[in-house]
Amino acid sequence: MTEGAVIEVQNLVKRYDGTAVVKGVSFSVTRGEIFGVLGPNGAGKTTTILMLLGLSTISGGQARVLGHDPEREPLAVKRRVGYLPDQVGFYDNLSAAENLRYTARLIGIERSKREEKIASSLAQVGLSEVANTRVATFSRGMRQRLGLAEIVMKDAQIAILDEPTSGLDPQVTVELLDMIRDFKRRGVTVLLSSHLLERVQSVCDRVALFSEGTIVLMGTVPELGRQVLGGGFRVEVEAQGQGLAEHLAAVPGVQKVESLSPTQLLLLADHDVRPEAAAAVVTAGGRLQRLAVAEPSLEAIYTRYFHDHPQESAIHAA
Amino acid sequence: MQREGSALNGLGVVALKETSDHLTSVRMRVIECLIIILAFVTVYFAAQQVRDTTPEDPFAFLRLFTNAREDVPLSFLFFLSTFLVPVMAIGLAFDAVNSEHSRRTLSRVLSQPIYRDALLFGKFAAGLFTIAVSLLALWLLVIGIGLLILGVPPNAQETARAFIFLLVTIAYAGVWLSLAQLFSIVFRSAATAALVSFGLWLFLVFLWQFVAQILATVIAPPDPGYTSLGLQTPETVEWQTALARISPKTLYDEIALALLNPAQRALGPIYLAQLQGAVLGAPLPLGQSLLIAWPQIVGLIAGTIILFTIGYIGFQRQEVRA
Repeated sequence: MTEGAVIEVQNLVKRYDGTAVVKGVSFSVTRGEIFGVLGPNGAGKTTTILMLLGLSTISGGQARVLGHDPEREPLAVKRRVGYLPDQVGFYDNLSAAENLRYTARLIGIERSKREEKIASSLAQVGLSEVANTRVATFSRGMRQRLGLAEIVMKDAQIAILDEPTSGLDPQVTVELLDMIRDFKRRGVTVLLSSHLLERVQSVCDRVALFSEGTIVLMGTVPELGRQVLGGGFRVEVEAQGQGLAEHLAAVPGVQKVESLSPTQLLLLADHDVRPEAAAAVVTAGGRLQRLAVAEPSLEAIYTRYFHDHPQESAIHAA
Repeated sequence: MQREGSALNGLGVVALKETSDHLTSVRMRVIECLIIILAFVTVYFAAQQVRDTTPEDPFAFLRLFTNAREDVPLSFLFFLSTFLVPVMAIGLAFDAVNSEHSRRTLSRVLSQPIYRDALLFGKFAAGLFTIAVSLLALWLLVIGIGLLILGVPPNAQETARAFIFLLVTIAYAGVWLSLAQLFSIVFRSAATAALVSFGLWLFLVFLWQFVAQILATVIAPPDPGYTSLGLQTPETVEWQTALARISPKTLYDEIALALLNPAQRALGPIYLAQLQGAVLGAPLPLGQSLLIAWPQIVGLIAGTIILFTIGYIGFQRQEVRA
């Protein structure tokens, strides 16, 4: 087991009636990080998650969650891992607190601590006011938050969130992502899956890009950007002046200059060339208005990757 | 592969929650109404008849369960075996598992430290407990009304028979409950599960005896030697009884007959020679009546276990995601 790894997956395979849905994925998640599992629908993300939780049998390969085999010791795994399923459901006829009470008893939280824990976890996700309201009246976002409250109540060491932000409006998404960062602050390892990239990019330390049951890319977002988009750094220059493009192209380290508009230029460079670019613009007598290193967008990586691998994008589009 | 921990972890919690769901549900209100109406109507009719015809009967109290007015031939037992128990059991269990799927609660609940076994056992136990409570209430109502109308208390023998009858009724409910639960696992849509369960109920309860009759004449055609004498062919009758016993209703009716009618000496076809030396109409002791019905009682329990096991295997193999 790798040092500090809380989830360790090697060559994991899942077959349904002979067809492989997950075809040998390997990754590991270190304690305290937020790991994003990304990819189009049907890429095997949820199946992988279910195998990690012992809710689905493993057809091949190995998985270790906190040192336990989810297939042989599912209770040990499930005691320490909180799971928020895709479109989580609650018992509509019960209130938020009653739903949590049921889970608390299933987990085996002592009676004396139960009420206190329920109240504090509801407070943590901002649902204290509706604790005694029936879940039937809850919005999608409130249900997701109640799901997070359940994980908080469980004192989980790992939180596995399946599509936590899908179907939420932007405001609620931002709130939810804040709560996910909160998990990290408390030392909880988070594994989250999503097909919505830009939102997820901001919270993930590392991501794995799934496609057709395999991991095609893995690493931090800037790493992936270099890998897929080529060129290490993308520097945006906004300046007014004559012949700036030629001057900037002459800066050492710049591989390519793209003109986005008459005043906007995009430099592809192998290192951070901002100081040199600034000097070049000034030397050329231009008026520098803005200079920034563009974070590679996950969206761009994703689109480019599937553009470069059309046989995979065909299924993705379907 | 050896699993860690107990399969029954969380069983009590699930059972308690499901029981509380059942007891507070609208379905339960409907069942309660049914029970009260049923108890009053059937017992009132039965008591009238018992008072009119057999005041000197030593088992007058048991007649409350089986007798009916001649113009309205609907006894308490008939209502129980045909309508109340199957409908109640199916009504409680037809959406046991598929509702967890449709509410999307299944994966969340199963991600808690429990096995699927606990969920399934818990749901079954809760259903059976709810039915047992309802039937106990019904049973006490009938006895209470009977006391008021007849004015004589049941003797020890009658009480024991009536009580065993109650237990057997609960076992009978178990068969329908595990059947409905099985369909709730097989069919993802609660409506389909309900339709199939109720369809099978109608088939087994109302049609099966006729189907058994026809099948018996196909398997063992009547011997002209017997028919010319106006008698039934023994093989045909035996086949017919055996086939009819596939339906839990047949089994239950036979047990009830043996328990509630102490004079009943055999279930199914019997040769005249076997009756030699028997004092017809003389009541059997309770132990002997139980012995007659024992295979049927075992049959009911075995049916429950088999149906539950099929459902259990199906549920273990089922994918959690919708």
